[in-house]
Amino acid sequence: MNVPAYLDHAATTPMWPAAVDAMLPYFSERYGNASGSHAVAREAKKALEESRDLVAECLGAQPGEIVFTGGGTEADNLAILGRHELQPGEVVCSAIEHHAVLHAAGEVCAAPRVASVTSGGVVDLDVLVDLVDSGVSLVSVMLSNNEIGTIQPLDAIRKIMAERAPQAVLHTDAVQAFPWLDVASLARPAELVAVSAHKFGGPKGVGALVVREGVKIAPIVHGGGQERGRRSGTYNVAGVVGMAAAMQATVADRAATVARVGALRDRLADGLLQAIPDSSETGDRSSKIAGNCHLSFGGIESESLLMLLDAAGVYAAAGSACQSGAIEPSHVVTAVGLSDARALGSLRLSLGVTTTDDDVDLALSVIPPAVARLREPL
Amino acid sequence: MKILAAMSGGVDSSVAAALLIEQGHEVVGVTLKLWGGASDSGCCSVADVEDARRVAQQLGIDHWVLNFVDEFEAAVVTPYAEAHAAGRTPNPCIECNRHFKFGHLLERARKLGFDAVATGHHARVALTPSGRHRLRRGTDRAKDQSYVLHMLTQAELSRCLFPVGEITKAEVRARAMALGLRTADKAESQDVCFVTASDGRKAFLEPRIALHAGSVVDRAGVTVGRVEAVELVTVGQRRGLGAGGGADKRFAVSVDTSAATVTVGSLDDLLTDTVELGQMSWIDAPLIAPAGVEAQCSAHGRPVAARYEGDIVRFAERQRRVAPGQSVVLFDGNDVIGGGTAIEADRSRR
Repeated sequence: MNVPAYLDHAATTPMWPAAVDAMLPYFSERYGNASGSHAVAREAKKALEESRDLVAECLGAQPGEIVFTGGGTEADNLAILGRHELQPGEVVCSAIEHHAVLHAAGEVCAAPRVASVTSGGVVDLDVLVDLVDSGVSLVSVMLSNNEIGTIQPLDAIRKIMAERAPQAVLHTDAVQAFPWLDVASLARPAELVAVSAHKFGGPKGVGALVVREGVKIAPIVHGGGQERGRRSGTYNVAGVVGMAAAMQATVADRAATVARVGALRDRLADGLLQAIPDSSETGDRSSKIAGNCHLSFGGIESESLLMLLDAAGVYAAAGSACQSGAIEPSHVVTAVGLSDARALGSLRLSLGVTTTDDDVDLALSVIPPAVARLREPL
Repeated sequence: MKILAAMSGGVDSSVAAALLIEQGHEVVGVTLKLWGGASDSGCCSVADVEDARRVAQQLGIDHWVLNFVDEFEAAVVTPYAEAHAAGRTPNPCIECNRHFKFGHLLERARKLGFDAVATGHHARVALTPSGRHRLRRGTDRAKDQSYVLHMLTQAELSRCLFPVGEITKAEVRARAMALGLRTADKAESQDVCFVTASDGRKAFLEPRIALHAGSVVDRAGVTVGRVEAVELVTVGQRRGLGAGGGADKRFAVSVDTSAATVTVGSLDDLLTDTVELGQMSWIDAPLIAPAGVEAQCSAHGRPVAARYEGDIVRFAERQRRVAPGQSVVLFDGNDVIGGGTAIEADRSRR
C-alpha cells in the first residue's frame, strides 16, 4: 500500500515535535503541582504562567483573560453555562455550531434561537438580526465551521448586537479556526473565545477560553478555585506547556501553511469535482479556511465510501459520529440545504500542516474509482 | 475469504469472528446500528457497540458501525406496530434478519468486495453434492436458531457463514473465556431489542398506534371481562384478560381489533389441528404438497409432526393455535425446508 494520506485534520492533528519536546520534562523531572508554594511547585507555576503569556499573545488577549480548560468542549460549555448563570436570557446561535455549543445552549435555554445559514455556509445576517433583541444575553457563533470550513462574520454580528442587544455577550468557538486564521484579530469582537490544543498540533485534553476583562463567568467545575475561581482542578501543566508551544509554532508557520495547503486543497477539490460526475462542493470555497474540502456525491453512502478509502489508506470523515460511532447525517450539511440523500453521500477531507502533494495524489487516485464502484449496480 | 462479520456485542458473534480468523480468513467486524431509541440490549445500545468494538480490537480486526436506523424504523419497527394494531403477534427478529443481517448487510458486503457475511447464529449451512445449500439446525440443539433464519434463499445462503453453529454454547463461552473476551459471560439478549423491559410493549406502542380498550367475550358471545388494549393481547394468552378467577382456565383464542373484542375459551377451544400460512419462503425448491414435515411454531418450540398441504399445515395432533404473525418453520429432521407466517389462527372452526 502507498503511504497513507491522513486527511482528517479537523478531527485532530499530529503534534508539533516542538510541542512534544516542550511537554516531556513536565511528565518527569518537573512534575510539580502549580498550586503549591515550594520550589518544585514554583517551577511548574512558572511554566504555567509563561505558557499563559504565550497563549494570551497568540489569542490577542491579556494573560489574566485566559482560562485553561480540559479542551474545546469544556471551553464552549464554560462560556455558555458560566455566562448564562450570571446573566440569564435568550441564547442566539447559528445552525452550524458544534454540538458543544448547540447542546450547551439547549441546556441553559428551552429553545435557543437558531439563525439559519446561506447555501454558501455563512450565517444569514438577515435572519440573525431578527433574533437579536433586548431579551438576548448571549450570542454564540463559531469563527469557522468544523465540517464545511466556512468563516463566519463576527464583525457584522457584533455590529448587530451593538444596535439591538448591547447587553449581550458574544462567544465564538474558534476551535477549528486557529490553525488557519489570525484568531487574535478576527475574534476581537467576541468577549469569549474557545480554542482546543489538539486541533493545531498540541495535545488532547487541553484548551482555553478567553474571557475578556470585565466579563464575568461562573465556574462549571468547582473545587480548589484555580484559574481565579473560574476553573478548578489541578493544573495540567504539561498540557498547557504543549498547547503554548503548539500555538507558537502554528502562528509562526501560519501564513506559509495557509498558502501551501490552500493550493493543495484547491487541487484536491477541483480534481475530485472534475473526476466524479454528480459531485458538488459544500459551502463557498471563498469563505472557507484553507484546509477544508467538503464534497457530496449522489447515489452513494459515505459510510461505505469511508470503508473503501480506509482500506486504500485515505483517512477521511463524513457527517458526525454519534455515541456509538455510527455516522449520522450532519446538521451542518442539512443546514446548508443539502438533501438528505445528498447529505448521506458527503465526504470531508481536511488538510493540515503535514499534508503533502503525495497525500493529494493518493486521494485523487483512490476516491474517484471508489465512488464509481459504489455506484455500480449489484 | 474476505468476510464481513456482524458483531452485535454478544458472545456468539464475538466467537464467530474469532473462529473465522483462526480459520485464516480476512475478517472485518461491523455492528449494525438499527435502533436509535432506548434498548435493554439487543444489538444497538452504545454499551453493546463498545463491547463489539473492544472484542474486534482484541481480535486484531477492523470494526465499523453501520447506521441503518432509518431503514430499521421503516422495515421492522413500523410493521411491528402495524401488526399489533391489526391484532397480530409479530416476530420482528425474523424481519430484522430478512431485511438487515441478510438484506442490507449482504448487499453492503458485496459492494465493498467481501465474499461473505458471518453472524453468531447457532445454525449450519451445508453444501450438497449437487451444489445446493442446506440450512441445518445448530450443533447445540438447545440453542438452535435455524428457526429465525428460515427465510434465507440459496443466493443468500451461498454467502452466509454461521461459525458457532458447529459448536455448543458451552464451547462458545469457553472459547471467549480462553481468548479473554469481555463478552465471555455476557447474558443472552432476550425479547425484542427495541422494547425495554422497564417500559414494556404498551409504552412502546402507545405513541405509535391507537390502543383500544375492549371486551372479553366467551365463545357464546357473552361479555366476561375487559382489557385495557386489545392490540396487546396475543392468541394463547391467559393472564390479564380480566376474565375472572373461575375454575376454568381461559385463553385468548382470537383477537378482533376492529371490533375491539378478545374471544376467550377453554384450553380445548385453543387447540387446533391446522394453521394457515402466508409469505412462504423456501430454502431450496418449494415443497410439493402434500408432504410430511415437522413444524416448529416458535423460536424455541418443540417441532411437531405435520403435513404440508399447500397454504395449510395440518398437525398430526391438535395443539395450541399459532398466533397470527408468528412464523411457522417446516423441517425435515435437522434441515429447514422453509417457512411462513401464520395468517389465521384457525380456519376450520370459523
